[in-house]
Amino acid sequence: ILTLHEHQRVSQLQSFPQRKDIDGVGHKYHLELELEDVLDKDSTVNCTAEVLYHLGNKNIAPDVQFTLEGELKNTDEADNVFYNRIKSLEKELVAENIPDNYGNVSPEMEPIHLLAWVASGYVIWQNSTENTKFQLAQIKHVKQVKRSDEYLEFDYKILLHEMLTQEIIPWQMTVLWHPQHGVEVTRDSRQPKQASE
Amino acid sequence: HGGILPPRHIIRIYQWMTQIQKSNSELVTQHYLGKTTENRTMYYLQISQPSDKIKKIIWMDCGIHAREWISPAFCQWFVKEILQNYRSDPKIRRFLQNLDLYILPVLNIDGYIYSWEKDRLWRKNRSPHMNGTCYGTDLNRNFNSSWGSIGVSYNCSSEIFCGSGPESEPETRAVAQFIKKKKSDILCYLTIHSYGQYILTPYGSTTRPPNKNFGPLKITAKCTGTDDNIIPVLNIQMHVAEMAAAALMGKYGTSYKVGPTSLILYSNSGSSRDWAHMIGIPFSYTFELRDKGTHGFVLPPDQIQPTCEETMLAVTTIIDYVDQKYFPGGAVMLTASSLGLSLCLSVVLTWTVS
Repeated sequence: ILTLHEHQRVSQLQSFPQRKDIDGVGHKYHLELELEDVLDKDSTVNCTAEVLYHLGNKNIAPDVQFTLEGELKNTDEADNVFYNRIKSLEKELVAENIPDNYGNVSPEMEPIHLLAWVASGYVIWQNSTENTKFQLAQIKHVKQVKRSDEYLEFDYKILLHEMLTQEIIPWQMTVLWHPQHGVEVTRDSRQPKQASE
Repeated sequence: HGGILPPRHIIRIYQWMTQIQKSNSELVTQHYLGKTTENRTMYYLQISQPSDKIKKIIWMDCGIHAREWISPAFCQWFVKEILQNYRSDPKIRRFLQNLDLYILPVLNIDGYIYSWEKDRLWRKNRSPHMNGTCYGTDLNRNFNSSWGSIGVSYNCSSEIFCGSGPESEPETRAVAQFIKKKKSDILCYLTIHSYGQYILTPYGSTTRPPNKNFGPLKITAKCTGTDDNIIPVLNIQMHVAEMAAAALMGKYGTSYKVGPTSLILYSNSGSSRDWAHMIGIPFSYTFELRDKGTHGFVLPPDQIQPTCEETMLAVTTIIDYVDQKYFPGGAVMLTASSLGLSLCLSVVLTWTVS
């Protein structure tokens, strides 16, 4: 589980990953990846992964097994600063359009952005097939939900971009986070596309 | 924060074009291309060194997809760079002797405005369908290259709706008519998109090597020289694209993938790049600029200039190549590949035609 401030860029080292067709089961891909810390380009970790796309039923997420060859950076300090800042807010956090239309993200919103990235990664995984390529395009709206326990909870409305169809897909996700316990998406649902005017 | 214009953008793009022409009138002229769906005027800029020589043409269009804002930014940057440096830069001076540059800074003006004012992630043009209940055709599925066959939707509500027929959209017709008229002089067609970091070659709708009406220059290398380092170049279009990607990477380390769309991206039909190649333009490329999805269409401002700078190197590499290939002689810059070719004692060059 990635901690919040680990902002990794994933590069594939192979042009065409090795694929194995398993009769009656599905297609298994072997991937060799390089994870690069976006905030510190010299910091890289190699990773190998096996991804199995199941035959037939497109409602099952692909199986993913991975091995990190090394350790990701420790981000406890930054995580705790963010956690304490949100915990001490008088009113629940609300924000829109992250990044804004010009690509700007304010420093205070950067962790909210990172959290959405991680959480949308889960949503993307759960909805991926061999014919999809999703990216988080923008956070349209985020609202903090008050909780009585230690967790932070955010209700996000995000936009996913799917490359093959070029569609922009609105998606709702409820995200829990705690510095020691990591990220969890407790609810998510695809939203209807706004009728174009 | 050079490149992306703040609101009042479209007026400012028109103003910028007028201003560019006024302050560089010896080199730049603005020309009418056509009208958009919402009746806005499409202009292209012609950069042409006064001369009695007959020139060939490099065409570049930006902003065919509304949300890809880095694309029009690049066209503006490109024009600015050429005009700033044409007196001092020997490479630019050389190719401007032989080539005219035709630049269309925003092809899909209506969509671009809509993405600034109403919906940042709008892609298509703004043509109304179904009694105004649904809007927009994907202009890059609307050209007459295997139109409507693959990688499209016939449903207006889709982002890849190919329109009611090939060239159904006024924007498509404006570009296609012009390019058809000038095609015997156009050596290179470039169309700029984002995102993904690709230089894409034809075709999107078949994995066979492009050889429709006009194939790539095929070098049947019957080299009888003794230099062991000669590598026969079997697909010039790929080779040039690879050189461009290498030049781009040299600036900031940004890595681009190169190849036919159908092989490295997805299948599609009706793209402007495929159409340009089909009617006979030898060098036809789609650029997909930064990034690879981290920010996607909404690139941070601090990446605008670096993206433009590195892309400039790729585009000028292609222009240089085209210039030296069709107008050899004069100050030739020997590269490893051209050196290899020049050592071949007998090389058979054939245009493949089918």
